[in-house]
Amino acid sequence: MTEVPEKEEIKNWYYSNFELFENSLNGQSKAPVHKIRKEAIAEFIELGFPTTKNEEWKYTNIAPLLTQNFKPAYLSNKISLSKEEVSKFLFTGVNASILVFVNGDFSNELSSLLPEAKGVKFESLRQVLNNEPDFIEKYLLKSNKTIDGFSALNRAFISDGIVLRVPDSTILENPVHLLFISGSDEENLLVQPLNYIFVGKNSQIKIIESTVGVGSKAYLLNSVTEIFTGENSVTNYYKIQNDPDTCFQVSRTLIHQERSSVFTSNVISIGGELIRNDISTIFESEGCESNLYGLYLADGKRHIDNHTLIDHAVAHCHSNELYKGILDEKARGVFNGKVLVRKDAQKTQAYQSNKNLLLSRLAKVDTKPQLEIFADDVKCSHGATIGQLDEQSMFYLRSRGIGTEKARSLLLNAFASDIVDLISIEPLRETMNRIILDRLHKVSL
Amino acid sequence: MLSVKDLYVSVEGKEILKGINLEIKKGEIHAIMGPNGSGKSTLANVLAGRQDYQVTSGEVIFEGKNLLELSPEDRAREGVFLAFQYPVEIPGISNATFLKTAVNEIRKYKGLEQLDAMEFLALMKDKMQVVGMEQSLISRPVNQGFSGGEKKRNEIFQLTVLDPKLALLDETDSGLDIDALKIVANGVNLFKAQGKDNAVVVVTHYQRLLDYIVPDFVHVLYNGRIVKSGSKNLALELEEKGYDWIKEENQFSDSVK
Ligand SMILES: Nc1ncnc2c1ncn2[C@@H]1O[C@H](COP(=O)(O)OP(=O)(O)OP(=O)(O)O)[C@@H](O)[C@H]1O
Ligand SMILES: [Mg+2]
Repeated sequence: MTEVPEKEEIKNWYYSNFELFENSLNGQSKAPVHKIRKEAIAEFIELGFPTTKNEEWKYTNIAPLLTQNFKPAYLSNKISLSKEEVSKFLFTGVNASILVFVNGDFSNELSSLLPEAKGVKFESLRQVLNNEPDFIEKYLLKSNKTIDGFSALNRAFISDGIVLRVPDSTILENPVHLLFISGSDEENLLVQPLNYIFVGKNSQIKIIESTVGVGSKAYLLNSVTEIFTGENSVTNYYKIQNDPDTCFQVSRTLIHQERSSVFTSNVISIGGELIRNDISTIFESEGCESNLYGLYLADGKRHIDNHTLIDHAVAHCHSNELYKGILDEKARGVFNGKVLVRKDAQKTQAYQSNKNLLLSRLAKVDTKPQLEIFADDVKCSHGATIGQLDEQSMFYLRSRGIGTEKARSLLLNAFASDIVDLISIEPLRETMNRIILDRLHKVSL
Repeated sequence: MLSVKDLYVSVEGKEILKGINLEIKKGEIHAIMGPNGSGKSTLANVLAGRQDYQVTSGEVIFEGKNLLELSPEDRAREGVFLAFQYPVEIPGISNATFLKTAVNEIRKYKGLEQLDAMEFLALMKDKMQVVGMEQSLISRPVNQGFSGGEKKRNEIFQLTVLDPKLALLDETDSGLDIDALKIVANGVNLFKAQGKDNAVVVVTHYQRLLDYIVPDFVHVLYNGRIVKSGSKNLALELEEKGYDWIKEENQFSDSVK
């Protein structure tokens, strides 16, 4: 393995790139957003990338990511993709409004909206920052604070992402697909979208976010997404992480839920070398429901870390979490699910479960539920399991003439189906079923 | 069809089968009876290929092949079927998917064409009636949430669909009321009728089932050995007298061992 360079060297790399970035901005460096960037790069220089000494990164060693430098994508040559090339990353049969980002930049040419979505405001962050000076004050400076080196780095290079605003009482039948295509043949890239999604009062939307790669070089996708769900709204968020084997993804999602809103996420991780997902939900008002689901499949030396935080700040909210993982070879999984039930959050219901299957003796998972309950009239439970494929079920299937390989993949698929079946978009569910079955065949080799 | 010679089997170092001899010819029905813990399920599971049982000596020939050398799936493909005493529940796999996979894996082994969805459905419909399987059970996950009786019926349903040569039924009658018992017996008799050479081994504690599935031979398994064999009258005798006289007869050989 290549040696990890000195901390200072890594910081210098990003700092000198920040200076290049700053110079490339010309007059734009006077824009208010640049003040945030400057503060953030200073924070990054102070913090550096997190190490396993940081409690939140205890089980995730990012060393493989530090052995290479990633060039901020804004400073590299743009790549061009045809609609044809993009179409292979779409989900067959899913009729969606499609928003494409190439190395973090929104591409108008590659995107297409369904007629029903014409009431929805789709803008690039770049556009919004130009046109709405108070967006910074209202959102950029509010909740998305620097928590570690990754979030600092994202803020230091703020430039693009999606700002999606669903007006009140708008029900979208078809999903909105945010497709992030990253990578290059020339150099390793750092891609850092910053996204804002606002779902209006009484509105309903399904969002698919998928991340895929092109090109032969590695990339680090370090994204931040903030979601605001309005009163009585329903949001389904599907995140499909299917990055190439050599790529890294750190993704942070913050959800703010208004009264009686329902937010459901389903994170399916089947690619990448190292993935770290942070999802934080805060109930701003009573009667909310949050469902966080996840499935991770990993073989080789893949590492997949899911951190969730649900902040029951107010009474009468429900949260429900189920994450399942299948780990083979030397893969590692991490699940850290924190549920905070504050003093006033009476009548809270919070359920959390994490189940893992280890297919090899070298595969490993660290699972850590953290329930912190300060209210007394609540219903909470959590559980975690780590196990192997059930011998008796294997024998049952084999005794009916089903070969070992097939029996294994049937059982693995059954394990995964708890999560996949929760995908409410039928063609997406079918596609994911097929992709996962395919993966499981590989995983169980 | 099946010839078991001097079979010794251990589990975790404990000897459970201590020299089993059993000859089953084509078309025959054998009943194996015996007190709890005597080794009946062990014998049935070893024949089906369960791997946590260790065969320490002896041989088993099935249709001219050394059965003990075959994997569980190949035994099934060659025509051995075990109806489990305690069928497992498998969440996440529907009965239909499970059975279709099994049917096609067996067909592939035999060099037959795969059944498509329609053909498979037709096959299922046919057999479902015989064992009174409700349509809804077919789409449910394998055995999940099935009652005891439904599980047993599902085993017999699988038997009729997979159509093996030798059926080993491990207490398929336990816990069934008389109607369910008749349905199970019907399924077994249908299986017998599907091929005149098909053979059946019924493991049971009760004479009752043998009124409907009439055995050619009855064996008593006690303490890992077949200590007595006879006609169907032996089952009646056991029903009447229990196992104490068998235990007494065999006390001497036990203490010598
Ligand atoms: N996996 C196992 N590990 C340890 N001991 C076992 C195992 N399976 C069976 N045994 C033991 O082997 C003996 C025979 O068990 P087996 O289940 O074959 O009996 P059986 O005749 O089928 O009894 P029953 O009529 O109660 O079904 C028993 O003493 C049982 O405890
Ligand atoms: Mg038994």
